Amino acid sequence: MTGADSTERELIDFVVREARLLDDKRYAEWLDLWTDDGIYWVPLTPEQTDGVHHNSHLYEDKLLRELRVERLKSPRAYSQQPPSRALHLLQTPTLETSDGAAQRFVLRTPFHYTEAQGDEIQTFVGTAVHHLVRDGGALRLRLKRVDLLNGDAALPAVQLFI
Amino acid sequence: MTTATTPTAATGSRYRGRPDAIRALVEPDRVHRDLYIDPELFALEQEHFFANTWSYVCHESQLANAGDYVTLEIAGRPLVAVRHDDGSVRVLMNRCAHKGARVVSAPAGNTGRFFRCPYHAWAYNTDGSLRAIPLKSGYDGTRLAECEASKGLVPVRHVERYRGFVFCKLSDAGPDFASYFGASLTSIDNLADRSPEGELEITGGCLRFLHACNWKMFVENLNDTMHPMVVHESSAGTAKAMWKDQPVDKPKPMAIEQFVPFVSDYKFFEDMGVRVFANGHSYSGVHFSIHSGYSGIAGYEEAMHAAYGAERSAEIMKIARHNTVYYPSLTIKGAIQSIRVVRPIAVDKTVIESWTFRLKGAPEALLARTVTYNRLINSPFSVVGHDDLHAYRAIQRGLQASGNPWVSLLRDFDAAEVGQAEVTATGTSEISMRNQYRAWVQYMTATMPTGEP
Repeated sequence: MTGADSTERELIDFVVREARLLDDKRYAEWLDLWTDDGIYWVPLTPEQTDGVHHNSHLYEDKLLRELRVERLKSPRAYSQQPPSRALHLLQTPTLETSDGAAQRFVLRTPFHYTEAQGDEIQTFVGTAVHHLVRDGGALRLRLKRVDLLNGDAALPAVQLFI
Repeated sequence: MTTATTPTAATGSRYRGRPDAIRALVEPDRVHRDLYIDPELFALEQEHFFANTWSYVCHESQLANAGDYVTLEIAGRPLVAVRHDDGSVRVLMNRCAHKGARVVSAPAGNTGRFFRCPYHAWAYNTDGSLRAIPLKSGYDGTRLAECEASKGLVPVRHVERYRGFVFCKLSDAGPDFASYFGASLTSIDNLADRSPEGELEITGGCLRFLHACNWKMFVENLNDTMHPMVVHESSAGTAKAMWKDQPVDKPKPMAIEQFVPFVSDYKFFEDMGVRVFANGHSYSGVHFSIHSGYSGIAGYEEAMHAAYGAERSAEIMKIARHNTVYYPSLTIKGAIQSIRVVRPIAVDKTVIESWTFRLKGAPEALLARTVTYNRLINSPFSVVGHDDLHAYRAIQRGLQASGNPWVSLLRDFDAAEVGQAEVTATGTSEISMRNQYRAWVQYMTATMPTGEP
C-alpha cells in the first residue's frame, strides 16, 4: 500500500468511526474527535454558505456540543424517556480534497440516518462533509457539515446526533 | 359536572350546527379536552374560527418588487400573497377560476406581470383579475361573463399592513383590523422601532418544525411562565450548571446568556407580569423579561441614539417583552427580532415556522444574535424545543384518559377579569390562556348557524 492509500484508508476509517461512536452513544470519545474550534453544522439548505447570519438547524461549537451530551445524562430530560437510538448507514466516503502539506482533508459521505424511539421511527437522508486536520499526529474534526436532502421541509424533532 | 356532548341522532355530529354545545366547552376558568383532540372541532375551526380571526400572512420585505409572491395556507385555503403593480399587497385564493388547479406551486418567487395556470394557460393579473384565456372565441355565446370563472382569482377582501406585517381575514364577519388587535400592536411597534430606520427585513430563511400536537398547546405555552424552570431544567438548567464555576465578571458566550434565564425562579416570572387584551392577545414581560439582561452589541446603541435621540432610544430599548401572541397565528419576540407563525395542519399536527429579521441600520452582529436564539430555541434539533414538544405530546396523549375531561386554567383566576378589554396580572397567572379561549369560543361560533350542517 502506498502512503497516499494508507492516508485515505485512515481518513475513511475516521468518518466511519465518528458515526460508530454516535450510534454506540460513546459521546465522551466523540467529543474528543474535534478541534477546539470545530463546528458541527446542519444548514437549512445545501447552497447555504453562512451559519452565523442565516438560520441553520445546528451550528454548534465545543460548548454547545458538550451541553447536548450533558443534557442527555439528566434524569429530567423527559423527551428521552424512553431513550432514542440512532443508526448511521454510510456510503463509502470519498476524498474530495487533500492538502498533504497542511494535512487538511475533506471527505464526502452520503448517508441514511435513522432515529427510533419507542414505537416510532424516522429516517433522514443527506450528505455529510467532514473537514479533517492532523493535529499532533491525530486526525481531528474541524467542521462536520450535514446537508439534509430536505432541510427546508417541516421536520419532526431530531434528538440525537445526525 | 358537564360530560362530553352526545352526537345528535340526525347528523351524527357532536358539534356541527350546535354552537351551544361548543360554548359549553369553555368555562371562565377551564376548558374541555375536546378543544385539543376532537377532529370535528378542528374541521370547524378551519371553517369558522380561522376564517373569522385576523391571520398573519407574510412580511412586506418578502414582497419587495412588483410580482413578488409567497404562497401559504390559512384555514386550509391555499393562498398567494403578491405585490401588485400599484404597490399594494393582494392576497388571492390560489385556485384557477377555470377548473380549480392551484395556480402557483413554489413557496416564493416573482411572477412578472401575471400568473399563468399550468393546466390550460388561463392568465391573471396580480390583482387576481382575469387577463386572458387561450382560444377565447370558444366562450362566445356562453354565460362565462356571469360566472365566477370570469372573475379571476378570488381576492381576500380584508387585507391590512401594519409596520410591514401583512394580515388578512377571510370572512366578512368580525371586527376590523384596528379594533381586533387594539393596543397589543405596541409589540409590533417596538420590534420595528428597534431598527434605527424603523424598518425590518425578513432574512435568513425559515425554520419549520413539525409538532405532533394541536396548535393550542404551542400558543398557550408562549405565555405559560410556570413551565420553563421545570421543562427546561435538562437543557437551560444544564447550561447554567456548566457555567456556574466561571467567574461572575467573565463575559458569557451568547448561548449561555440566552439559555440561562429560562431557569430563573418563580419570583422572576411572577414579577415579569402578563398583560392580556380583548380577542385573545397577550404578552408576558410587562416590566422585564428573560431577554432584558443581554449584553450590548457594539455600535447598536450609538446608531439608535443618532436616529431617535437618547431619551426615545432608551424608551424603546427598555421594552423587552417575552412573547406577544397575536391570537391565533402570530407570535413575536421584539427583543430578539424573531417571529413564530402557527400553521395548523390537523387536530394533532401543527407546523411552527420561525423567521428572523434584520433591523435596517443596525450592526450585523445583532442579526447573529437573532439567528443564534432562533436556532437554539426553535430548530427541530433544539434541546429546548425537544423539552417543550415532549410536554405538548404528553398532553395530546394524556387527554385521552377518562375520568376528568377538563383542562384546568384556574391559576390566579379572578371573576372580575372576564369581559375586560385589558388586564395586567402577575406573570405566573394563567389569564393569557383563559383570555384565548374566551376569544376562541366567540370567533368559533360567530358564524355558526344552529341546526344546520
